[in-house]
Amino acid sequence: MEGERRASQARSSGLPAGGADGDSPGGSAPFPGSSGSSALLQAEVLDLEEDEDDLEVFSKDASLMDMNSFSPMMPTSPLSMINQIKFEDEPDLKDLFITVDEPESHVTTIETFITYRIITKTSRGEFDSSEFEVRRRYQDFLWLKGKLEEAHPTLIIPPLPEKFIVKGMVERFNDDFIETRRKALHKFLNRIADHPTLTFNEDFKIFLTAQAWELSSHKKQGPGLLSRMGQTVRAVASSMRGVKNRPEEFMEMNNFIELFSQKINLIDKISQRIYKEEREYFDEMKEYGPIHILWSASEEDLVDTLKDVASCIDRCCKATEKRMSGLSEALLPVVHEYVLYSEMLMGVMKRRDQIQAELDSKVEALTYKKTDTDLLPEEIGKLEDKMECANNALKADWERWKQNMQNDIKLAFTDMAEENIHYYEQCLATWESFLTSQTNLHLEETSEDKP
Amino acid sequence: MEQAPPDPERQLQPAPLEPLGCPDAGLGAAVGKEAAGAGEEDSGVDTMTHNNFWLKKIEISVSEAEKRTGRNAMNMQETYTAYLIETRSVEHTDGQSVLTDSLWRRYSEFELLRNYLLVYYPHIVVPPLPEKRAEFVWHKLSADNMDPDFVERRRIGLENFLLRIASHPILCRDKIFYLFLTQVFFFYLADSRLKALNATFRVKNPDKRFTDLKHYSDELQSVISHLLRVRARVADRLYGVYKVHGNYGRVFSEWSAIEKEMGDGLQSAGHHMDVYASSIDDILEDEEHYADQLKEYLFYAEALRAVCRKHELMQYDLEMAAQDLASKKQQCEELATGTVRTFSLKGMTTKLFGQETPEQREARIKVLEEQINEGEQQLKSKNLEGREFVKNAWADIERFKEQKNRDLKEALISYAVMQISMCKKGIQVWTNAKECFSKM
Repeated sequence: MEGERRASQARSSGLPAGGADGDSPGGSAPFPGSSGSSALLQAEVLDLEEDEDDLEVFSKDASLMDMNSFSPMMPTSPLSMINQIKFEDEPDLKDLFITVDEPESHVTTIETFITYRIITKTSRGEFDSSEFEVRRRYQDFLWLKGKLEEAHPTLIIPPLPEKFIVKGMVERFNDDFIETRRKALHKFLNRIADHPTLTFNEDFKIFLTAQAWELSSHKKQGPGLLSRMGQTVRAVASSMRGVKNRPEEFMEMNNFIELFSQKINLIDKISQRIYKEEREYFDEMKEYGPIHILWSASEEDLVDTLKDVASCIDRCCKATEKRMSGLSEALLPVVHEYVLYSEMLMGVMKRRDQIQAELDSKVEALTYKKTDTDLLPEEIGKLEDKMECANNALKADWERWKQNMQNDIKLAFTDMAEENIHYYEQCLATWESFLTSQTNLHLEETSEDKP
Repeated sequence: MEQAPPDPERQLQPAPLEPLGCPDAGLGAAVGKEAAGAGEEDSGVDTMTHNNFWLKKIEISVSEAEKRTGRNAMNMQETYTAYLIETRSVEHTDGQSVLTDSLWRRYSEFELLRNYLLVYYPHIVVPPLPEKRAEFVWHKLSADNMDPDFVERRRIGLENFLLRIASHPILCRDKIFYLFLTQVFFFYLADSRLKALNATFRVKNPDKRFTDLKHYSDELQSVISHLLRVRARVADRLYGVYKVHGNYGRVFSEWSAIEKEMGDGLQSAGHHMDVYASSIDDILEDEEHYADQLKEYLFYAEALRAVCRKHELMQYDLEMAAQDLASKKQQCEELATGTVRTFSLKGMTTKLFGQETPEQREARIKVLEEQINEGEQQLKSKNLEGREFVKNAWADIERFKEQKNRDLKEALISYAVMQISMCKKGIQVWTNAKECFSKM
């Protein structure tokens, strides 16, 4: 039944968390000891917001996973931490609801920018209130993303929509662009809220709740721009070294990320192109129907037939419009988000490699006694812990991400197929009823004409 | 099909010796009712909608004006103003009006309508358009055609123009006027009619049916060409949509290589995308047959025109012969009675250089009488020929009409059948693909 599949060997070698078989409808948690029940949550059961819910949920005691606070306060060793990674299925415990809406334009003497209203509803104790409303601009989202990456360098942070799209844009602030961005920002925040670790991040909380001036003053604290830039330069240099000693499972992960990135980019291009072609088809179709009406003005015997044809064409035209809008709502944003995700993933790999590089260089220093080695063992110990945590965090988040990706892609393409089926069904009904009306009126004629 | 416009010159011609053309030509009727401006000579072949359109009371308004940019005939950017024409039908019972048509037109399209009316109703005082350019301005600023006040006044003027036409007993029934209000592409028909008129002979009394037939063939030709052109563009776009999906096939296949769980689903879905993409080739090939059927009637239009031309030639010939005969008879009469009314060279020279002798006059009369006799014979046979031609031609045209109606209807039905088949294929492929996706 299947066509030849290339490089089937590559597939069977699988990825670290192997366990689930391709055909099991439930899709199971990769870690055998999981208490995950129904697992693959059917699209019909969930709201769109909840489909990001994990199968495997980290322990709510996520403070253990906070990489930024790697201090002696860490109660346990990395080994025991692994055991603490639980996989709990808690779909009903969503307690943070976020919406992004009401884009508004602000004009100052220096610049024009858009802010979005963000409404947060929550039952969590650590929040001062149960409802918050704030306004944020794109820059603020960028800041939040930066902070999350800093705090969790090897977690897969959701992507932000691009700053501005180069192609096909007349100006930054056209309505479609703003709406697309608003939807993407909404998704961004909700993905963070659904992430077992990120959802408890302090900067995230401040982003959702602080008033404008509070946020500005908070932003000013923390490492300055220069130091962050300095880190990046070092990071690029040292991550190259980290690649050498990358463990096998991460090599495979990296391969996957590279290939996935290629494919998803292609799919993005293809999908955009389909949308464009459909739009042009629609534009031409709009002209097609009315010509039949014009024709009917000079054909007394064919008036009804021609008018009926015209109305069929118009109805198919409308169906095309609906198909297009379905495509732009269900498929395009999802595919595009994963294009951005693939870039994120490469960043995550780099950061992991960077930590590895740091560790390796210290180990090297110790081995070859290049510098003063008194403090090295302790530093190395800390770095080893850090590496272990980073790797585990990435591994676990990777599985979660993959599962989400499969769900999202599957849903998006199923929707696309559904839109197309619906489109063809509508057109079919239209033309069939035309045919019926024609044969009803002239039963004798058509029976003569039938071959 | 529209009636031929009444020719006012008919009123001034002496009544012909024999009825020309078809015995039941509009001529007799036209002479009788000409004074009233016979516009109600309904050939009975108006479209249903055209008749119904005028049964209800309608309101016309030019309600809005909008600045637009577009490309003109020279493919250069230009700015112009477009006006919204809204037509409402008024329900008698409660006086409420319902919007039935609305479209945008620019000034040049109003001009086209007016030119058409001028040519087709030469004996009617056609309402004027508001000025094309702002003239007689007392304020420098309002010389600009884009000036809002000028635009507003022009909007009112255009509305007035349309209302005057709508309230004119003859012009209001004109089909091109109706199309102006309701059809975006009306200019195809107006334009072709104008062109057709320029090309005709000065045939004074053509058989109305042939004139109508000529109009019809022009309309048929222009509408089918337009339809074929748009169909080709639509087919082109459709091809694009289908073929791009084929790319999914390739990428899905490559992607499936790195996916453990999704791989099978992706791979087989990709296969269905390939099937989908390649299905368009057969679909469009079938549609070419449909296009060919339409093209045949596009070319038939030329054949119809040829028949009309033949009739015109014969008619022209007949009219010239009748005219010649009439003038000879006149000369003869004058010679016989001695009165000189008609101008002839002989008559002039006689006047200048002296009277002719009675014998000379007798001789001339005799020659003329012979010619008159001959002429009458020729006219008789030409008339007979003409009527024979009309009878046969019209019989064939009726046959042609039946054939055309059958063929075109069949073609349209086959088009529907093709669409149905395309839809069924689409449903099949996408249902298969959906199943594969859901198994991912």
